[in-house]
Amino acid sequence: MDLIIPGSGLIIWQIIGFGILLIILGKFAWKPILSALEERESAIEGALKAAENARNEMANLKAENEKLLQEARLERDQILKTANETSAKLIEQAKEEASTAGAKMIEDAKAVIETEKKAALTEVKNQVASLALDVTEKLLRKKLDTEKEQKELVEEFVKDLKLN
Amino acid sequence: MFRKFLCISTLLSVFLLVVSTATFASSEEGGENKTGFIMHHIKDSHEWHFATMGHTHVTLPLPVIIYSADRGLEFYSSSDFQDHETHKFGVEHNGYYINEHDKLHAVDESRSYIDLSITKNVAMLIIVLAVVFFLVFSAVRNYKRNPNGAPKGIASFIEPLVLFVRDEVAKPNIGPKYKKFTPYLLTIFFFIWIGNLLGLVPGAANLTGNIAVTMTLAVFTFFATNLNGNKDYWKHVVATPGVPWPLLAVIVPVEIIGLFTKPFALMVRLFVAITAGHIVILSFIGLIFVFESYAVGVASTVMVVFINLIELLVATIQAYVFTLFSAMYIGSAVAEHHDH
Repeated sequence: MDLIIPGSGLIIWQIIGFGILLIILGKFAWKPILSALEERESAIEGALKAAENARNEMANLKAENEKLLQEARLERDQILKTANETSAKLIEQAKEEASTAGAKMIEDAKAVIETEKKAALTEVKNQVASLALDVTEKLLRKKLDTEKEQKELVEEFVKDLKLN
Repeated sequence: MFRKFLCISTLLSVFLLVVSTATFASSEEGGENKTGFIMHHIKDSHEWHFATMGHTHVTLPLPVIIYSADRGLEFYSSSDFQDHETHKFGVEHNGYYINEHDKLHAVDESRSYIDLSITKNVAMLIIVLAVVFFLVFSAVRNYKRNPNGAPKGIASFIEPLVLFVRDEVAKPNIGPKYKKFTPYLLTIFFFIWIGNLLGLVPGAANLTGNIAVTMTLAVFTFFATNLNGNKDYWKHVVATPGVPWPLLAVIVPVEIIGLFTKPFALMVRLFVAITAGHIVILSFIGLIFVFESYAVGVASTVMVVFINLIELLVATIQAYVFTLFSAMYIGSAVAEHHDH
C-alpha cells in the first residue's frame, strides 16, 4: 500500500472507530469525569473559603476579646482610681473630723478644767474664808476674854482707820 | 556517564559509516532486501507480519473484506491470497489478488469495489480503541465510586492529562465556550497519544503515522471548526473587515484556502512526525543488517534506545500539538470579536 495516498478502507474504519470513541467517551466518560473534577474543585474551593472565613472569624473574635479585656482593664483601673480617691478622701475626712473632735474635746476639757479650777478656787476661797473666820473667831474668843484686850483691839482698829 | 557513552557510540557509528562505505558498496545488491522491512513496517498491510526466522514466517493472517455492488460483502483470509511456499502475495482468489505492493486488485479491471479489509492498521486501530476505552472507563469507575476523594489507580494517571487538556489547551485557546469542546479535545488527545505510544511497541503497526488516519482526524477537526463557526468567523473569511475592497479579491481566496490548509497542516504534521520517527529507529536497526558487524550492532542498539526515548517524548508532544492546534482553530471559529 502506498505511503502518502490514503487507503479508502482505512479511512472508513478510522471514521467508524474514532466516531464510536468520540460518541461513547463523550457521553459516558468525559462527562462524568469532567463533572466530578468540577464538583471536587468547587468542594475544595468551598472548603478553603470556609477555612478562610473561620480564620477571619477567629481573628475577629480574638480582636473582640482583646478589646473586651482592654475595656475591662480600663474599667478596673478606673475603679481602683476612684476607690483610691474615695479612700484618700475618707481618710482625710476622718482625720479632719478626728482633729476637730480632738480640738473640741481639748477645748471642752479646758473649759471643764477652768470651771473646775474656778469651782475649786471658790471652794478654797470659801474654805479659807471659813477657816479664817474660825481662826478669827477662836482668836477673838481667846483675846476678847478680857475687857482690856477688847479695848486694845478697838484702839488698834481705830488707829488703822486713821492711818487709812 | 550515559552522555559519555552516547557520544562514544555516536562517534563510533559515524566512524564505521565512513570507513565501511566499501562494504556498503559491495553489499548493495542485497540492500533492498535488507532494508525493505522498513517501508514494509511503515505502510499498511493485509497481514500482520511479526518475524521471519529462516523460512518460517510468524504472521497473523487478517480478514479481507470486500464490498462490491454486485457481490455484496465478501470475507476472505489474507492467507488465501498468499503462496503457501514463499508466503508472498499474488495468488488469485475468487477474482481478486493482492499485488506486490500489498494492494488489493480485481482480476477484472473494470469491476468497482471497496476494500474494507481489517488490515494491520485497522487491527491496530481496534487495539488502540480498546486500550483507550479500558483506561478511560477504569478512571470513570473510580470517579463514580469515589466522587470527591483523591484519584486512585488509573484515575490518578488520567486526571493530570485531563486537567492539562482542559486548563492548558481548551480554556486558554477556546475561551468561555470551552466546555462544549473539551470532550472532543480529550478524545483526540488520548487517541493520538495512545496510538503513538502503542506504535512504538516492537511489532506494532504504524497507525498514527498513516496518512489515512491523520487525514480523518484532521477532517474531524475541520468539521468541528467550521460547523461551529459563528458570524464573526465567516465574516472574517468571506469579507474580511478593515480591508479595502480591491484587496478583498486577494484576501478572500487566501482566507478560503486557509480553511483547508489548517487541517492539511494537522494531517501532514502528525503523519510526518510519527513516520519519520519509525523510519529513524528502523534505519538504525537496518544498519546492523547492512554492515553485519557487532560494533555497529552495539552502537545501533544504543542509538535505537536513545531514539526510542525521544520518540516517547515525540509521541506526547505530537498528541499535544494536534490537540492544541485543534483547540486554536476551534477557538478562532467561536471567538466573539468586539474590536472590529
